[in-house]
Amino acid sequence: MIYFDNAATSWPKPPVVVEAITGFLNNTGASPGRSGHRLAVEASRIVYDTREVLTQLFNGTDPLRLAFTQNVTEALNLALRGLLHPGEHIITSSMEHNAMMRPLRALEKQGVEVTVVPCSPEGLLDAAQVEAAVRPGTKMIAANHASNVVGTLLPITDIGRIARRYELLFLVDTAQTAGAYPIDMQDSHIDLLAFTGHKALYGPTGTGGLIFGERVNLAGFEPLKRGGTGSRSETEEQPGFLPDLCESGTLNAVGLAGLKASVEWLRGNGIAAIRQHESELAQRLIDGLRDIPGITVYGTHDAACQTATVSFNIAGLEPSEVGERLDSEYAIMCRVGLHCAPAAHKTIGTFPAGTVRFGLGTFNTHADIDAALAAVSALARQTQ
Amino acid sequence: MSGEAYAVIVTHSTSHAIRAEKVIAGAGIACKLVPLPRHISSDCGVCVRIARVDTDAAIRALTDARVDFEGVHDI
Repeated sequence: MIYFDNAATSWPKPPVVVEAITGFLNNTGASPGRSGHRLAVEASRIVYDTREVLTQLFNGTDPLRLAFTQNVTEALNLALRGLLHPGEHIITSSMEHNAMMRPLRALEKQGVEVTVVPCSPEGLLDAAQVEAAVRPGTKMIAANHASNVVGTLLPITDIGRIARRYELLFLVDTAQTAGAYPIDMQDSHIDLLAFTGHKALYGPTGTGGLIFGERVNLAGFEPLKRGGTGSRSETEEQPGFLPDLCESGTLNAVGLAGLKASVEWLRGNGIAAIRQHESELAQRLIDGLRDIPGITVYGTHDAACQTATVSFNIAGLEPSEVGERLDSEYAIMCRVGLHCAPAAHKTIGTFPAGTVRFGLGTFNTHADIDAALAAVSALARQTQ
Repeated sequence: MSGEAYAVIVTHSTSHAIRAEKVIAGAGIACKLVPLPRHISSDCGVCVRIARVDTDAAIRALTDARVDFEGVHDI
């Protein structure tokens, strides 16, 4: 069995993650942020320590400016819907996932003005075009760090400099890169970093968050939900301070215990070493696919410019058929279609059919790549 | 005995209390997270207990680390 769907959810998870989750359920169990007994305090400590390791990982400033969410989608919604008002202008790219585009299109109907800067068919973004889109009323630039379709990295540090020069907020969707690529909020001038725990951070599903930089003014911020926070219980008004402003309801403490273990595991292994391994695999896959007659590989064809996510098509075969046959005949699991990113597929020219996507992860091997290349080659040969 | 006289540092939330505890402990001051005494606040969380003689040093450590807190109460 070969698992190539890491761009959706990474699997398997490091054993320490499973141990942390079962350890929490067996030994801690209680509610974080509520009650003062020892188990509740222990749960709170685990959650706090998770804030701390993630803040360190991304070089944020304050663990209390990290609000946990269920996933990156909720984090992006929190940032966009919390900060943008009718009449304000936002700039984004044409390679975004629907986690960005759908909340923006909904805000557009309420009067927020949205500029989508086009990317090249390889998914590359020219930062100068972002700068050219800045105008009076622009409040924010929001972009993914890497495409979930072709893995192409966007020049976030260049965009961050532009955002800082014009005193705009810079929101980055790190769904595909958090854990797979070094990210520094200070170096890249990121004001709002949205992440998910279940992809390259190797944590469980149901974990993610939004890190607020020091430039984000919380006056008038609209949280997605309001409710119990374990703090200020005497009042029926939502607390105005982070993280409680954005964290109503009991947190997914068991998931966060797993995420803490996975981040510690990642840091122990070194993101640079993981990146090098994945980059080698990606280049081997790209080169191998391009050698097969009838295959079109999308993106830059250069592993240095992308994550270990590779999209391709086989001439004469629908992506859905390729996916079904890879699973049933070769036990290769991947994702086909539009990957919740119609804008990105329009940009690379694969809308509406989509592509076959191999999302590689750190547990994949050179042997996995070679077996997959043989399988794809056989499918392509049978189709010619 | 000064060790028997305590003060508690009340914070916005349990998360803030844990942050405060780490900063205070990091400054070499003995401290402990304890349930918030009912007569100080109706809240359901925890606070940081320190020896009363360490109050000034603890406040200094929190201020230096820019950790918000709501108040300090002798108990």
